[in-house]
Amino acid sequence: MKSCLVVDDSRVVRKVARRILEELQFSCAEAEDGRQAMEYCARTMPDAILLDWNMPVMTGIEFLRRLRKMTGGGEPKVVFCTTENDLAHIQEALSAGANEYIMKPFDSDIIQTKFAQVGLL
Amino acid sequence: MRVEDFDLFSTLVKQRSGLVLTKDKAYLLESRLMPVARKWQMKGLDELAQAMRGRRDEAMARDITEAMTTNESSFFRDQKPFDLFRQLVLPSLTEARAAKRSLRVWSAACSSGQEAYSLAMLLAEEGPKLAGWKFDIVGTDISAEMVERARAGLYTQFEVQRGLPITLLVKHFKQSGDKWQLSPQLRQMASFREFNLLGDLSGLGQFDVVFCRNVLIYFDQPTKARVLDQIARLMPADGVLFLGGAETVLGITDRFKPMDGQRGLYVINKPASAAAGLKKAAG
Ligand SMILES: C[S@@+](CC[C@H](N)C(=O)[O-])C[C@H]1O[C@@H](n2cnc3c(N)ncnc32)[C@H](O)[C@@H]1O
Repeated sequence: MKSCLVVDDSRVVRKVARRILEELQFSCAEAEDGRQAMEYCARTMPDAILLDWNMPVMTGIEFLRRLRKMTGGGEPKVVFCTTENDLAHIQEALSAGANEYIMKPFDSDIIQTKFAQVGLL
Repeated sequence: MRVEDFDLFSTLVKQRSGLVLTKDKAYLLESRLMPVARKWQMKGLDELAQAMRGRRDEAMARDITEAMTTNESSFFRDQKPFDLFRQLVLPSLTEARAAKRSLRVWSAACSSGQEAYSLAMLLAEEGPKLAGWKFDIVGTDISAEMVERARAGLYTQFEVQRGLPITLLVKHFKQSGDKWQLSPQLRQMASFREFNLLGDLSGLGQFDVVFCRNVLIYFDQPTKARVLDQIARLMPADGVLFLGGAETVLGITDRFKPMDGQRGLYVINKPASAAAGLKKAAG
Protein backbone atom coordinates (compact mmCIF):
# COMPACT_ATOMS: atom_id res chain seq x y z
CA MET A 1 0.00 0.00 0.00
CA LYS A 2 1.32 3.45 -0.92
CA SER A 3 1.34 6.26 1.61
CA CYS A 4 0.17 9.84 1.22
CA LEU A 5 0.62 12.80 3.52
CA VAL A 6 -2.24 15.29 3.26
CA VAL A 7 -1.11 18.80 4.20
CA ASP A 8 -3.88 21.37 4.58
CA ASP A 9 -4.94 23.72 7.36
CA SER A 10 -8.59 22.97 6.76
CA ARG A 11 -9.84 19.92 8.60
CA VAL A 12 -12.71 19.57 6.12
CA VAL A 13 -10.38 19.51 3.10
CA ARG A 14 -8.11 16.98 4.81
CA LYS A 15 -11.09 14.77 5.49
CA VAL A 16 -12.42 14.93 1.94
CA ALA A 17 -8.98 14.31 0.43
CA ARG A 18 -8.33 11.48 2.84
CA ARG A 19 -11.57 9.73 1.90
CA ILE A 20 -10.74 9.97 -1.82
CA LEU A 21 -7.16 8.78 -1.31
CA GLU A 22 -8.16 5.86 0.88
CA GLU A 23 -10.54 4.78 -1.83
CA LEU A 24 -7.53 4.78 -4.17
CA GLN A 25 -5.78 2.44 -1.71
CA PHE A 26 -3.47 4.96 -0.06
CA SER A 27 -2.70 4.91 3.63
CA CYS A 28 -3.00 8.50 4.78
CA ALA A 29 -1.43 10.76 7.36
CA GLU A 30 -2.34 14.39 7.96
CA ALA A 31 -0.48 17.59 8.73
CA GLU A 32 -1.95 21.03 9.41
CA ASP A 33 0.92 23.15 8.11
CA GLY A 34 4.37 22.98 6.53
CA ARG A 35 6.17 22.63 9.84
CA GLN A 36 4.14 19.58 10.86
CA ALA A 37 4.72 18.15 7.40
CA MET A 38 8.49 18.66 7.81
CA GLU A 39 8.44 16.84 11.12
CA TYR A 40 6.47 13.98 9.62
CA CYS A 41 8.80 13.62 6.63
CA ALA A 42 11.88 13.67 8.87
CA ARG A 43 10.49 10.52 10.51
CA THR A 44 8.96 8.77 7.47
CA MET A 45 9.07 9.79 3.84
CA PRO A 46 5.63 9.20 2.25
CA ASP A 47 5.24 8.12 -1.38
CA ALA A 48 2.99 11.06 -2.11
CA ILE A 49 2.20 14.46 -0.64
CA LEU A 50 -0.98 16.41 -1.36
CA LEU A 51 -0.04 19.95 -0.51
CA ASP A 52 -1.98 23.15 0.18
CA TRP A 53 -0.26 26.47 -0.50
CA ASN A 54 -1.48 28.98 2.06
CA MET A 55 -1.12 27.73 5.62
CA PRO A 56 -0.09 29.32 8.92
CA VAL A 57 3.36 28.66 10.42
CA MET A 58 4.91 27.38 7.17
CA THR A 59 3.42 27.63 3.67
CA GLY A 60 3.29 24.78 1.20
CA ILE A 61 5.88 26.27 -1.15
CA GLU A 62 8.33 26.85 1.68
CA PHE A 63 7.82 23.28 2.85
CA LEU A 64 8.40 21.95 -0.67
CA ARG A 65 11.69 23.83 -1.08
CA ARG A 66 12.95 22.45 2.24
CA LEU A 67 11.67 18.96 1.49
CA ARG A 68 13.59 18.74 -1.77
CA LYS A 69 16.81 19.49 0.14
CA MET A 70 16.24 16.79 2.78
CA THR A 71 17.83 13.35 2.48
CA GLY A 72 15.32 11.26 0.58
CA GLY A 73 13.23 14.40 0.04
CA GLY A 74 13.46 14.04 -3.73
CA GLU A 75 11.48 10.82 -3.60
CA PRO A 76 7.88 11.76 -2.77
CA LYS A 77 5.62 12.85 -5.62
CA VAL A 78 4.26 16.21 -4.59
CA VAL A 79 0.87 17.31 -5.87
CA PHE A 80 -0.16 20.86 -4.99
CA CYS A 81 -3.82 21.31 -4.18
CA THR A 82 -4.67 24.97 -3.72
CA THR A 83 -6.98 27.85 -4.53
CA GLU A 84 -4.01 29.66 -6.10
CA ASN A 85 -4.98 29.21 -9.72
CA ASP A 86 -2.80 31.51 -11.78
CA LEU A 87 0.04 30.65 -14.10
CA ALA A 88 2.66 32.41 -11.96
CA HIS A 89 1.90 30.26 -8.91
CA ILE A 90 1.85 27.08 -10.97
CA GLN A 91 5.22 27.92 -12.52
CA GLU A 92 6.69 28.72 -9.11
CA ALA A 93 5.45 25.38 -7.77
CA LEU A 94 6.90 23.43 -10.70
CA SER A 95 10.29 25.09 -10.41
CA ALA A 96 10.31 24.32 -6.68
CA GLY A 97 9.91 20.65 -7.55
CA ALA A 98 6.17 19.97 -7.59
CA ASN A 99 5.12 17.05 -9.80
CA GLU A 100 1.51 18.03 -10.39
CA TYR A 101 -0.87 20.82 -9.53
CA ILE A 102 -4.55 20.78 -8.66
CA MET A 103 -6.62 23.95 -8.57
CA LYS A 104 -9.39 23.84 -5.99
CA PRO A 105 -12.18 22.91 -6.07
CA PHE A 106 -11.26 19.31 -6.86
CA ASP A 107 -13.11 16.03 -7.06
CA SER A 108 -12.09 12.38 -6.94
CA ASP A 109 -11.75 12.24 -10.74
CA ILE A 110 -9.20 15.02 -10.76
CA ILE A 111 -7.18 13.52 -7.90
CA GLN A 112 -7.25 10.13 -9.58
CA THR A 113 -6.09 11.31 -13.01
CA LYS A 114 -3.40 13.58 -11.54
CA PHE A 115 -2.06 10.80 -9.33
CA ALA A 116 -2.09 8.43 -12.29
CA GLN A 117 -0.18 10.95 -14.42
CA VAL A 118 2.70 11.12 -11.96
CA GLY A 119 2.80 7.33 -11.77
CA LEU A 120 1.30 6.85 -8.33
CA LEU A 121 -1.55 4.66 -9.58
CA MET B 1 -44.86 12.89 -20.90
CA ARG B 2 -47.38 11.40 -23.28
CA VAL B 3 -46.35 8.29 -25.18
CA GLU B 4 -47.06 9.94 -28.55
CA ASP B 5 -44.80 12.84 -27.61
CA PHE B 6 -41.99 10.57 -26.51
CA ASP B 7 -42.28 8.67 -29.79
CA LEU B 8 -42.26 11.87 -31.79
CA PHE B 9 -39.14 13.23 -30.11
CA SER B 10 -37.24 9.96 -30.11
CA THR B 11 -38.02 9.34 -33.80
CA LEU B 12 -36.88 12.85 -34.69
CA VAL B 13 -33.64 12.53 -32.74
CA LYS B 14 -32.92 9.06 -34.14
CA GLN B 15 -33.49 10.21 -37.72
CA ARG B 16 -31.32 13.25 -37.38
CA SER B 17 -28.43 12.01 -35.26
CA GLY B 18 -28.65 8.24 -34.92
CA LEU B 19 -29.12 8.48 -31.17
CA VAL B 20 -31.41 5.75 -29.87
CA LEU B 21 -33.63 6.78 -26.97
CA THR B 22 -35.31 3.89 -25.21
CA LYS B 23 -38.43 4.36 -23.08
CA ASP B 24 -36.40 4.29 -19.86
CA LYS B 25 -34.73 7.51 -21.06
CA ALA B 26 -38.00 9.48 -20.88
CA TYR B 27 -36.76 11.34 -17.79
CA LEU B 28 -33.60 12.37 -19.68
CA LEU B 29 -35.63 13.57 -22.62
CA GLU B 30 -37.81 15.66 -20.33
CA SER B 31 -34.98 17.28 -18.43
CA ARG B 32 -33.02 18.08 -21.59
CA LEU B 33 -35.96 19.34 -23.65
CA MET B 34 -37.53 21.62 -21.04
CA PRO B 35 -34.86 24.29 -21.63
CA VAL B 36 -35.51 24.02 -25.39
CA ALA B 37 -39.24 24.52 -24.83
CA ARG B 38 -38.49 27.56 -22.67
CA LYS B 39 -36.13 28.97 -25.26
CA TRP B 40 -38.94 28.82 -27.79
CA GLN B 41 -41.32 30.45 -25.29
CA MET B 42 -43.39 27.36 -24.73
CA LYS B 43 -44.83 26.12 -21.49
CA GLY B 44 -44.02 22.46 -21.82
CA LEU B 45 -43.11 19.48 -23.94
CA ASP B 46 -46.64 18.91 -25.19
CA GLU B 47 -46.55 22.34 -26.77
CA LEU B 48 -43.13 21.62 -28.26
CA ALA B 49 -44.38 18.30 -29.64
CA GLN B 50 -47.43 20.08 -31.07
CA ALA B 51 -45.18 22.56 -32.86
CA MET B 52 -43.09 19.74 -34.32
CA ARG B 53 -46.24 18.03 -35.62
CA GLY B 54 -47.21 21.16 -37.51
CA ARG B 55 -44.98 22.90 -39.99
CA ARG B 56 -41.58 21.67 -38.97
CA ASP B 57 -39.14 24.41 -37.97
CA GLU B 58 -35.61 23.37 -38.87
CA ALA B 59 -34.00 25.46 -36.11
CA MET B 60 -36.32 23.93 -33.52
CA ALA B 61 -35.67 20.38 -34.72
CA ARG B 62 -31.98 21.13 -34.51
CA ASP B 63 -32.23 22.45 -30.96
CA ILE B 64 -34.08 19.32 -29.91
CA THR B 65 -31.45 17.06 -31.48
CA GLU B 66 -28.48 18.93 -30.05
CA ALA B 67 -30.06 19.01 -26.61
CA MET B 68 -30.14 15.22 -26.59
CA THR B 69 -26.47 14.67 -27.46
CA THR B 70 -24.00 13.90 -24.69
CA ASN B 71 -20.93 16.09 -25.12
CA GLU B 72 -18.79 14.74 -22.32
CA SER B 73 -15.10 14.69 -23.23
CA SER B 74 -11.70 15.25 -21.69
CA PHE B 75 -8.07 15.78 -22.66
CA PHE B 76 -6.17 12.53 -23.31
CA ARG B 77 -9.36 10.63 -22.50
CA ASP B 78 -8.52 7.07 -21.38
CA GLN B 79 -4.81 7.88 -22.01
CA LYS B 80 -4.10 4.47 -23.57
CA PRO B 81 -5.21 5.36 -27.13
CA PHE B 82 -2.86 8.35 -27.08
CA ASP B 83 0.02 6.17 -25.88
CA LEU B 84 -0.71 3.76 -28.72
CA PHE B 85 -0.89 6.62 -31.19
CA ARG B 86 2.51 7.91 -30.11
CA GLN B 87 4.33 4.62 -29.65
CA LEU B 88 2.86 2.54 -32.46
CA VAL B 89 0.81 4.41 -35.02
CA LEU B 90 2.98 7.48 -35.44
CA PRO B 91 6.29 5.64 -36.01
CA SER B 92 4.79 3.26 -38.54
CA LEU B 93 2.79 5.87 -40.45
CA THR B 94 5.60 8.43 -40.54
CA GLU B 95 7.80 5.72 -42.00
CA ALA B 96 5.17 4.82 -44.55
CA ARG B 97 4.61 8.49 -45.50
CA ALA B 98 8.26 9.54 -45.42
CA ALA B 99 8.11 10.76 -49.01
CA LYS B 100 4.91 12.75 -48.63
CA ARG B 101 5.57 14.05 -45.11
CA SER B 102 1.95 14.64 -44.34
CA LEU B 103 -0.71 12.92 -42.28
CA ARG B 104 -4.41 13.59 -41.89
CA VAL B 105 -6.14 12.77 -38.63
CA TRP B 106 -9.88 12.92 -37.99
CA SER B 107 -11.55 13.41 -34.66
CA ALA B 108 -15.06 12.31 -35.64
CA ALA B 109 -17.60 13.49 -33.03
CA CYS B 110 -15.05 15.86 -31.53
CA SER B 111 -17.34 17.53 -28.99
CA SER B 112 -15.54 20.58 -27.54
CA GLY B 113 -12.23 19.67 -29.17
CA GLN B 114 -10.22 18.03 -26.40
CA GLU B 115 -9.43 14.93 -28.47
CA ALA B 116 -8.17 16.92 -31.46
CA TYR B 117 -6.11 19.24 -29.28
CA SER B 118 -4.67 16.35 -27.25
CA LEU B 119 -3.33 15.04 -30.56
CA ALA B 120 -2.00 18.47 -31.48
CA MET B 121 -0.15 18.72 -28.14
CA LEU B 122 1.14 15.19 -28.50
CA LEU B 123 2.55 15.99 -31.94
CA ALA B 124 4.07 19.24 -30.65
CA GLU B 125 5.82 17.23 -27.91
CA GLU B 126 7.47 15.06 -30.54
CA GLY B 127 9.38 18.18 -31.52
CA PRO B 128 12.24 18.16 -34.04
CA LYS B 129 11.61 14.51 -34.92
CA LEU B 130 8.62 15.71 -36.92
CA ALA B 131 10.11 18.90 -38.32
CA GLY B 132 8.98 19.46 -41.89
CA TRP B 133 5.88 17.33 -41.46
CA LYS B 134 2.43 18.62 -42.15
CA PHE B 135 -0.33 17.41 -39.86
CA ASP B 136 -3.91 18.11 -40.64
CA ILE B 137 -6.18 17.45 -37.69
CA VAL B 138 -9.86 17.75 -38.50
CA GLY B 139 -12.57 17.74 -35.83
CA THR B 140 -16.24 17.37 -36.71
CA ASP B 141 -19.40 17.26 -34.66
CA ILE B 142 -23.12 17.44 -35.30
CA SER B 143 -23.48 20.18 -32.71
CA ALA B 144 -22.87 23.75 -33.88
CA GLU B 145 -22.36 24.84 -30.29
CA MET B 146 -19.64 22.22 -29.73
CA VAL B 147 -17.86 23.11 -32.97
CA GLU B 148 -17.83 26.74 -31.90
CA ARG B 149 -16.44 25.84 -28.48
CA ALA B 150 -13.78 23.64 -30.08
CA ARG B 151 -12.68 26.46 -32.37
CA ALA B 152 -12.36 28.85 -29.45
CA GLY B 153 -10.13 26.40 -27.58
CA LEU B 154 -11.34 27.96 -24.34
CA TYR B 155 -11.80 25.68 -21.34
CA THR B 156 -12.93 25.93 -17.74
CA GLN B 157 -10.61 25.27 -14.83
CA PHE B 158 -12.44 22.01 -14.32
CA GLU B 159 -11.93 20.91 -17.95
CA VAL B 160 -8.21 21.66 -18.05
CA GLN B 161 -7.71 19.53 -14.96
CA ARG B 162 -9.24 16.42 -16.43
CA GLY B 163 -6.52 14.46 -18.19
CA LEU B 164 -4.22 17.37 -19.00
CA PRO B 165 -0.80 17.16 -17.33
CA ILE B 166 0.12 20.43 -15.61
CA THR B 167 3.27 20.81 -17.70
CA LEU B 168 1.17 20.88 -20.88
CA LEU B 169 -1.20 23.42 -19.35
CA VAL B 170 1.72 25.69 -18.52
CA LYS B 171 3.30 25.20 -21.91
CA HIS B 172 0.31 25.65 -24.19
CA PHE B 173 -2.42 27.60 -22.37
CA LYS B 174 -2.97 31.21 -21.38
CA GLN B 175 -5.29 32.35 -18.66
CA SER B 176 -8.24 34.35 -19.91
CA GLY B 177 -10.53 35.49 -17.11
CA ASP B 178 -11.53 32.37 -15.20
CA LYS B 179 -10.88 30.20 -18.26
CA TRP B 180 -7.85 28.81 -20.05
CA GLN B 181 -7.20 29.22 -23.75
CA LEU B 182 -5.01 27.08 -25.94
CA SER B 183 -2.25 28.97 -27.76
CA PRO B 184 -2.92 30.12 -31.34
CA GLN B 185 -0.07 27.92 -32.63
CA LEU B 186 -1.72 24.79 -31.26
CA ARG B 187 -5.21 25.88 -32.28
CA GLN B 188 -3.89 26.33 -35.82
CA MET B 189 -3.03 22.63 -35.98
CA ALA B 190 -6.70 21.67 -35.89
CA SER B 191 -9.73 22.81 -37.84
CA PHE B 192 -13.33 22.17 -36.91
CA ARG B 193 -16.57 21.94 -38.80
CA GLU B 194 -20.13 20.89 -38.32
CA PHE B 195 -20.73 17.46 -39.73
CA ASN B 196 -23.27 14.70 -39.30
CA LEU B 197 -21.84 11.16 -39.29
CA LEU B 198 -25.10 9.92 -40.80
CA GLY B 199 -24.55 12.06 -43.87
CA ASP B 200 -22.34 11.46 -46.89
CA LEU B 201 -18.79 11.39 -45.54
CA SER B 202 -17.04 11.23 -48.91
CA GLY B 203 -16.49 15.00 -49.11
CA LEU B 204 -14.17 14.97 -46.11
CA GLY B 205 -11.24 13.52 -48.02
CA GLN B 206 -8.89 10.76 -46.92
CA PHE B 207 -7.73 10.18 -43.34
CA ASP B 208 -4.76 8.11 -42.22
CA VAL B 209 -5.98 7.99 -38.64
CA VAL B 210 -9.53 8.20 -37.38
CA PHE B 211 -10.61 8.69 -33.79
CA CYS B 212 -14.29 7.85 -33.58
CA ARG B 213 -14.80 7.44 -29.89
CA ASN B 214 -17.79 7.42 -27.61
CA VAL B 215 -20.36 8.19 -30.25
CA LEU B 216 -21.19 4.82 -31.86
CA ILE B 217 -22.38 3.57 -28.45
CA TYR B 218 -25.44 5.77 -28.88
CA PHE B 219 -26.38 4.23 -32.26
CA ASP B 220 -28.20 1.01 -33.17
CA GLN B 221 -26.43 -1.85 -35.01
CA PRO B 222 -27.35 -0.92 -38.61
CA THR B 223 -26.34 2.70 -38.02
CA LYS B 224 -23.02 1.66 -36.47
CA ALA B 225 -22.34 -0.60 -39.44
CA ARG B 226 -23.20 2.11 -41.97
CA VAL B 227 -20.99 4.71 -40.29
CA LEU B 228 -18.06 2.29 -39.94
CA ASP B 229 -18.35 1.23 -43.59
CA GLN B 230 -18.29 4.87 -44.67
CA ILE B 231 -15.30 5.61 -42.46
CA ALA B 232 -13.43 2.66 -43.97
CA ARG B 233 -13.93 4.19 -47.42
CA LEU B 234 -12.07 7.32 -46.32
CA MET B 235 -9.03 5.38 -45.17
CA PRO B 236 -5.97 4.07 -47.01
CA ALA B 237 -5.13 0.37 -46.62
CA ASP B 238 -2.71 1.10 -43.79
CA GLY B 239 -5.02 3.52 -41.96
CA VAL B 240 -5.97 2.98 -38.34
CA LEU B 241 -9.14 3.55 -36.38
CA PHE B 242 -9.56 4.22 -32.67
CA LEU B 243 -12.86 3.42 -31.01
CA GLY B 244 -14.00 4.17 -27.46
CA GLY B 245 -13.56 1.79 -24.54
CA ALA B 246 -17.10 0.40 -24.82
CA GLU B 247 -17.11 0.14 -28.63
CA THR B 248 -16.04 -2.54 -31.07
CA VAL B 249 -16.31 -3.57 -34.73
CA LEU B 250 -16.83 -7.21 -33.84
CA GLY B 251 -20.23 -8.47 -34.94
CA ILE B 252 -20.91 -5.14 -36.67
CA THR B 253 -18.69 -4.94 -39.75
CA ASP B 254 -15.81 -6.85 -41.29
CA ARG B 255 -14.34 -3.72 -42.88
CA PHE B 256 -12.11 -3.41 -39.81
CA LYS B 257 -10.47 -5.86 -37.49
CA PRO B 258 -9.01 -5.35 -34.02
CA MET B 259 -5.26 -5.10 -33.85
CA ASP B 260 -3.94 -8.01 -31.84
CA GLY B 261 -3.34 -7.15 -28.24
CA GLN B 262 -4.04 -3.44 -28.67
CA ARG B 263 -7.38 -2.54 -27.18
CA GLY B 264 -9.37 0.11 -28.98
CA LEU B 265 -7.17 0.05 -32.08
CA TYR B 266 -8.51 -1.25 -35.38
CA VAL B 267 -7.02 -1.71 -38.81
CA ILE B 268 -8.53 -2.09 -42.27
CA ASN B 269 -9.36 -5.73 -42.79
CA LYS B 270 -8.18 -6.05 -46.39
CA PRO B 271 -5.48 -6.11 -47.55
CA ALA B 272 -3.85 -7.99 -44.71
CA SER B 273 -0.36 -6.67 -45.52
CA ALA B 274 -1.02 -3.23 -43.99
CA ALA B 275 -1.74 -4.70 -40.58
CA ALA B 276 1.42 -6.75 -40.81
CA GLY B 277 3.46 -3.58 -41.26
CA LEU B 278 2.05 -2.09 -38.09
CA LYS B 279 2.62 -5.28 -36.14
CA LYS B 280 6.24 -5.27 -37.19
CA ALA B 281 6.57 -1.79 -35.71
CA ALA B 282 4.89 -3.03 -32.53
CA GLY B 283 7.17 -6.03 -32.17
C1 LIG C 1 -19.54 11.75 -25.77
S1 LIG C 1 -18.99 12.87 -27.02
C2 LIG C 1 -17.46 12.14 -27.47
C3 LIG C 1 -16.37 13.17 -27.62
C4 LIG C 1 -14.97 12.60 -27.90
N1 LIG C 1 -14.92 11.82 -29.12
C5 LIG C 1 -14.51 11.75 -26.73
O1 LIG C 1 -14.43 10.52 -26.85
O2 LIG C 1 -14.23 12.29 -25.66
C6 LIG C 1 -20.10 12.44 -28.35
C7 LIG C 1 -20.25 13.55 -29.41
O3 LIG C 1 -20.87 12.98 -30.56
C8 LIG C 1 -21.64 13.98 -31.20
N2 LIG C 1 -22.58 13.33 -32.10
C9 LIG C 1 -23.69 12.61 -31.77
N3 LIG C 1 -24.31 12.18 -32.87
C10 LIG C 1 -23.58 12.60 -33.92
C11 LIG C 1 -23.71 12.47 -35.34
N4 LIG C 1 -24.74 11.80 -35.90
N5 LIG C 1 -22.77 13.04 -36.13
C12 LIG C 1 -21.73 13.72 -35.59
N6 LIG C 1 -21.56 13.88 -34.27
C13 LIG C 1 -22.48 13.32 -33.44
C14 LIG C 1 -22.25 14.74 -30.04
O4 LIG C 1 -22.63 16.04 -30.41
C15 LIG C 1 -21.11 14.72 -29.00
O5 LIG C 1 -20.36 15.90 -29.03
